[in-house]
Amino acid sequence: MEKVGAVMVVGAGIGGSQTSLDLGDSGYRVYLIESTTSIGGVMAQLDKTFPTNDCAMCIVSPKLVETGRHQNIDLSINCEILDVSGEAGNFTVKVKKKSLYINPDICTGCGVCGRNCPVEAIDIFNEGIARYAATFVKYPQAVPLVYAINKECCIGCGVCAGVCKAKAVEYEREDEEVDINVGSIVLAPGFDEFIPQQANKYGYGKYKNVVTSIEFERILSASGPYAGRVLRPSDGDIPEKVAFLQCIGSRDYTGEGQPYCSSVCCMYTAKEAVIAHEHQHEVKPTIFSMDIRAYGKDFDKYIIRAQEEYGIRYIRSRISSITEVSETKDLKLRYETEDGKVIEEDYNMVVLGVGLNPPDDAKYLAEKFGIELNEFGFAKTDVFNPVQTSRPGIFACGAFSQPKDIPETVTQASAAAGCVHQILYEKRGTLITEKTLPPEIFVAGQPPRIGVFVCHCGINIGGYVDVPEVTRYASTLPNVVMADRNLYTCSADTQGIIKEKIEEYHLNRVIVASCTPRTHEPLFQETIREAGLNRYLFQMANIRDQCSWVHMKQPEEATQKAKDLVRMAVNKARRLAPIDRIKLEVTQKSMVIGGGISGMVAALNFASQEIETHLVEKETELGGFAKHIYHTLEGGDVQAYLKDLIEQVKSNKFVHVYTNAEIESLDGYIGNFKTSVIHGPKKERAEFDHGAVIVATGAKEYKPKEFLYGQYKNVVLQSELEELLNTDSVIKNKKSVVMIQCVGSRNDEHPYCSKMCCTEAIKNALLVKKLYPSTEVTILFRDIRTYGFKEKYYRKAREEGIIFLRYDEDNPPEIITEDSSLNVKVKTAKAGDLSIPTDLLVLSAGIVASHEENEELAKMLKVPLNDDNFYLEAHVKLRPVDFATEGIFVAGLAHCPKTIEDSISQANAAVSRACTILSKDEIEVEGKTAVIDMSRCIGCGMCVENCAYNAIELIEDRHFGLVASINQALCKGCGACSGNCRCSAIDILGFTSEQIYSMITARL
Amino acid sequence: MTETVLEEKKIDEKWEPKIIAFLCNWCSYAGADLAGVSRIQYPPNIRIVRVPCSGRVNPYFIIKSLVDGWDGVVVSGCHPGDCHYISGNLVARRRFAILKELLEFFGIEPGRVNFMWASAAEGERFAVLIRKVTKIVKELGPNTKFQKEWC
Repeated sequence: MEKVGAVMVVGAGIGGSQTSLDLGDSGYRVYLIESTTSIGGVMAQLDKTFPTNDCAMCIVSPKLVETGRHQNIDLSINCEILDVSGEAGNFTVKVKKKSLYINPDICTGCGVCGRNCPVEAIDIFNEGIARYAATFVKYPQAVPLVYAINKECCIGCGVCAGVCKAKAVEYEREDEEVDINVGSIVLAPGFDEFIPQQANKYGYGKYKNVVTSIEFERILSASGPYAGRVLRPSDGDIPEKVAFLQCIGSRDYTGEGQPYCSSVCCMYTAKEAVIAHEHQHEVKPTIFSMDIRAYGKDFDKYIIRAQEEYGIRYIRSRISSITEVSETKDLKLRYETEDGKVIEEDYNMVVLGVGLNPPDDAKYLAEKFGIELNEFGFAKTDVFNPVQTSRPGIFACGAFSQPKDIPETVTQASAAAGCVHQILYEKRGTLITEKTLPPEIFVAGQPPRIGVFVCHCGINIGGYVDVPEVTRYASTLPNVVMADRNLYTCSADTQGIIKEKIEEYHLNRVIVASCTPRTHEPLFQETIREAGLNRYLFQMANIRDQCSWVHMKQPEEATQKAKDLVRMAVNKARRLAPIDRIKLEVTQKSMVIGGGISGMVAALNFASQEIETHLVEKETELGGFAKHIYHTLEGGDVQAYLKDLIEQVKSNKFVHVYTNAEIESLDGYIGNFKTSVIHGPKKERAEFDHGAVIVATGAKEYKPKEFLYGQYKNVVLQSELEELLNTDSVIKNKKSVVMIQCVGSRNDEHPYCSKMCCTEAIKNALLVKKLYPSTEVTILFRDIRTYGFKEKYYRKAREEGIIFLRYDEDNPPEIITEDSSLNVKVKTAKAGDLSIPTDLLVLSAGIVASHEENEELAKMLKVPLNDDNFYLEAHVKLRPVDFATEGIFVAGLAHCPKTIEDSISQANAAVSRACTILSKDEIEVEGKTAVIDMSRCIGCGMCVENCAYNAIELIEDRHFGLVASINQALCKGCGACSGNCRCSAIDILGFTSEQIYSMITARL
Repeated sequence: MTETVLEEKKIDEKWEPKIIAFLCNWCSYAGADLAGVSRIQYPPNIRIVRVPCSGRVNPYFIIKSLVDGWDGVVVSGCHPGDCHYISGNLVARRRFAILKELLEFFGIEPGRVNFMWASAAEGERFAVLIRKVTKIVKELGPNTKFQKEWC
C-alpha cells in the first residue's frame, strides 16, 4: 500500500498539541481530533505548575494558539472515532464531527449568544461563569474560540440566533462523517481523574468542605470561582487548617481505587499547598502521605522548600476516616502515626489528592484502533519503547500509557512524532499546502498611506464605543487616507474588503482597531501579505478587550480612549517599515554526542530517515551506563537490546561512529554547525558540518565515600550486585542481604533523587529472593519511589517477604564491624532501634553528573547547567528536550536521572525536535530581531550579559573597533539588550524606540 | 471662598489623569485581555503600549513619557521566573530599581511611576492594580514637574 504523508493525532491536550506541532513543523499534514469543544486538556485547568510555580495558562496558551492556527494542522473539535482500517503507512479513519449547532467557520467567538441565553444552554467557556461551578472545565483563553449549543438544555427559543450578528447559529446543522486517510496515528487522550464513589470513606460529595485536588486547583486559579482566594465552599471562610490527603484512589488494594501509583499527586499536592499558603498566608497546610514521591528533576528541592519556607507539615499516615463536625462544618480526621499512636484532629477543609485513571473511553479507543490495553486499563506499550503500542504504526503518548506529569508527557509527545518519522519520512512535504504569495510591493521612501478599519465586533465594541465617531476621527489623522468600519473585521468577507481597499487607495500601512493582536494579528498580517504588503506594515489597536469590555458603563470615556488608542496606533504605523524574515540554509545532517542508549537510539532514528549522523563517544566502547544493567524491572533484557543497538549503529551506513573521541571545537548556529573531533587511538582529526546537535552525554554512578565502601569486600554497589547475580553465584550462601537507599542522593552534596535506585533495589531484591529464597533481604529506605506501574513490584517485594524499614535523613544507618562480619545499626520510626547482622551490604548509589566534563561541553555549546551539573533545558515544563539555544537538544541521563525507557523516549523526542529543522532545506526565522548601530556602540558588553539566548557577541570591527554583533538566527527579539543599552545603539525591529516614542508623544 | 477658587476646585475634581502602561506581550498584556474577556471593569485612564518583554522598556521610555506629560507610568511584566524570554523581567527589575531612585531624586513622586507583575491568568489582579495606580496618580494631581518647559 502507498504510504500517506499525513498523521492523525487523537486528543488535543498538551501532549496531542505537541505531537501535532512537531509533525506539522516537519512537513506532515496533521489531523488533530478532539472529543470536547476546546483544546488544552487538563493543563489548561491548572493554576500553577510544579516545580517552578509557573502560571499554567501563561505557558500553555501560546502553544494552543499556535496549534489552532498552524497551516499544516487541521483541528476538529467535538469528534468521535467511528472506525479504523488499514495498516502502518496507510490507515483510513472514519470520524464523526458532531454538530455544535453553531457554524464554527463563521462564529467569531464574541460571546453575545451566551450572554443572552435564558437557560445557559450555550457553552460559555469565555465568560465569568466559571465562578459558579468549581469544576467548570472550560476557560477564557479557549482555542478554537467558537461556541456550542448544549442541545440537552436548549429550549429552542431562538434568542441566540436573533442576537448573533454573524448569523452563525444553525439549529439544523447536522453531524458530519468523514473518512481521513493517514499514514500513522498517535493516541493522546490523556486520563480521567479518580472520582471517589458515593458513600466513600472520605465523605466526598457528602461534606461540603471535602474537595478533590482538581477542584482545589480551580479554587486557587485567578480565573476560578473565588478569583484566586482560598475559601472553603460551605461558608466562604478562609480555611486555616487544610489537610491534603494523598493516594486517594491510588496504591489502593481495597478495590475502590487503583493499585498503581499515580506518579504526580505527591508533587501537585505540594504545589497546591504552597500556592494556597502563598495566596492566603492564614492557610496552614498539612499533607498526609505514605511516601513522598518527588522523583523528578528538582522535585526534592521543591518539597524541602515547601517544608522549610512555607511551613508545610508532612505526616506519614493514611487517613482511615473522616467525619464532619456538624456545627462548624469542620472535619475530624483520625489517623495513626508511624509509632502507632492514634490521633484525632479537626481541619477546616480537606483536599483529596485524587489519582489518575485511564480515560473513560480507553476501552472504546483500544477496540476501534485495535490496540491492547494493559492490566490497569492503560495502553500497553513496548518494554523498550514506551510510545509504541501493540499495533505497528499506532503510537501512544502522555498519560494514556501510564500516569505521568507534563514534561514527561511533552517528551513522549515528541517521541511519538519521532517514531512517526521512521515510518513516513519519505512522504514528508507531500500533503502540506504551500501558499503562493504575490511579490511584495516596494514601499520604502513612499509617504505613509494608512488605512484604518474599525470593528463593531457585533455589539461587543459597537455597543459601548461610538464606532462611527472613532472612524470619523481616524480619517482626520495625519497620513490616514481611508477609514472604514465593519461589523466583524475578522470575518472572511472583510478580509476581501481589506484587500480591495489596499488596492483602491494604494495603502501601504494598515490598522485594524478591534480585539487583541495576541489572537488576531497573524490573521490580518496574512491578509495584507496576500494583498502584496509586507506583514509588518500592520498595526492593531485593541479597543475591545482593553477598552469596550472594561469600560462598559462609561461609553463616553471608552470612546475617547478608543480614539486615543487609534491615534497611538496611527503614530506608530507612520513609522512602520517592512521587515524581512531571515532565511537560513540548513545542513541536513546531525551530530549526537554520547554513545549510550540515548545517543544510539537517536542516531539510529536519524539514520532510518536517511539523515547522515555523526556519533561521538568519549570512551573506547559504545554502551554507556547501560553496560552494567542486565534487566529492567519489568523484565526487558537490556544486554540483548544494547548488543543489538551497537551492531545496528556500527553497520549503518548513515552513522559515522567516533570512539575515544573528544570535541576539539564546535561553532555555528541552528542549521549550520561545524565541528572538529579528535578520535581513535591515533588521535585523528575529523571535521564535519551538521544542522543540529543532540547532547546525550549521560551521567555516572556515585562512588560512595560512606558505609565502608571500598574497604570491605562485603560492601557492594547495587550495580555490582546486579552483575554478581547475573554472572556469578557468590551470594549463594548469604544469610542476610541489607540494602541502603539514597546513598549519595537527597543529601547536601546531591540534593536530588536519583529516580531509579528504588526500582533497582527492588529488582535486585526480587532476584535474590527468586534465586535464593532462604536469604533474608532488608531494604532501608527514606521513601520508596516506585512510581506508576512500578508500584506493582514494590507490593510483590513485600509479599515475597522482603523487609522494608524506613530511616530518617537525620539518623542514617551505621555500620558496626566485627572481624569480617557487618552489623547495620539503624533507628526506624516503626520498630525503634535495630541492629541487623548482614553478610552483604548493598549500597543504592545515586547518579551524578561530572562538573568538569559537562561544564567544558556546555561552554562550547553555550548551554546552561543546573546546580547539580545536569544540563538545563529551555523550559522545565513545555520544552524538556530543547535548549534555549536553538538547534541543540538534550536526551538521557545528561538531562537528569531517569530510566532506560525514559531515556529512549527522550532520544526519540530529541530527534523529532531536530527534524523540525533538518526536514527543511532552509528555515525562516522571525524578523522582529535586534539590530545594532555600530557607529553608536561602545563595546561595553552589557547586551552580551543580558542576552538569554547567547545571540550577541563582541567583535572587532575594521571601522568601529570593539562592537556588539547580533546573530539574527538566535535572536528572539525580546529587547533586553536594547532596554539596557546606554548608547541607544540597539533597536528592536517591530518595536523600535522611534515607534514607541511616537506612541508616547501621541498623548495630546 | 471666592468664586474663582470654587471654579478651580471644580476643575480639579473633574481632572482625570492619563496613564501610559507598557505591558509585556506574554503575561501582562494577556492579563489585560483576560480582564476584558471576564468583563472586569477598571477606570478608563490607561493607554496600553504593547512591548515584547518588560526587558524591552528602556528607561528613556519612562522619562520620555513624563516629559511628554503623561501623569503616570506603568511597566508590567511576567512574574519573576515566568518570563517568556527566560530572564528579561529580571533585567527590567534591576534596571527600574535604579531608575526609580533617580526619578525620586529628581522630585518625581514615587506613585507616579509603577512597576508591577501580572500573569496571563490574573485579569482580576490586573484590574485591581490599575484601579490602585489610577487612584494614586489622581491624588497626586497633574504631572507638572517633569514637563518639556521644565527640562
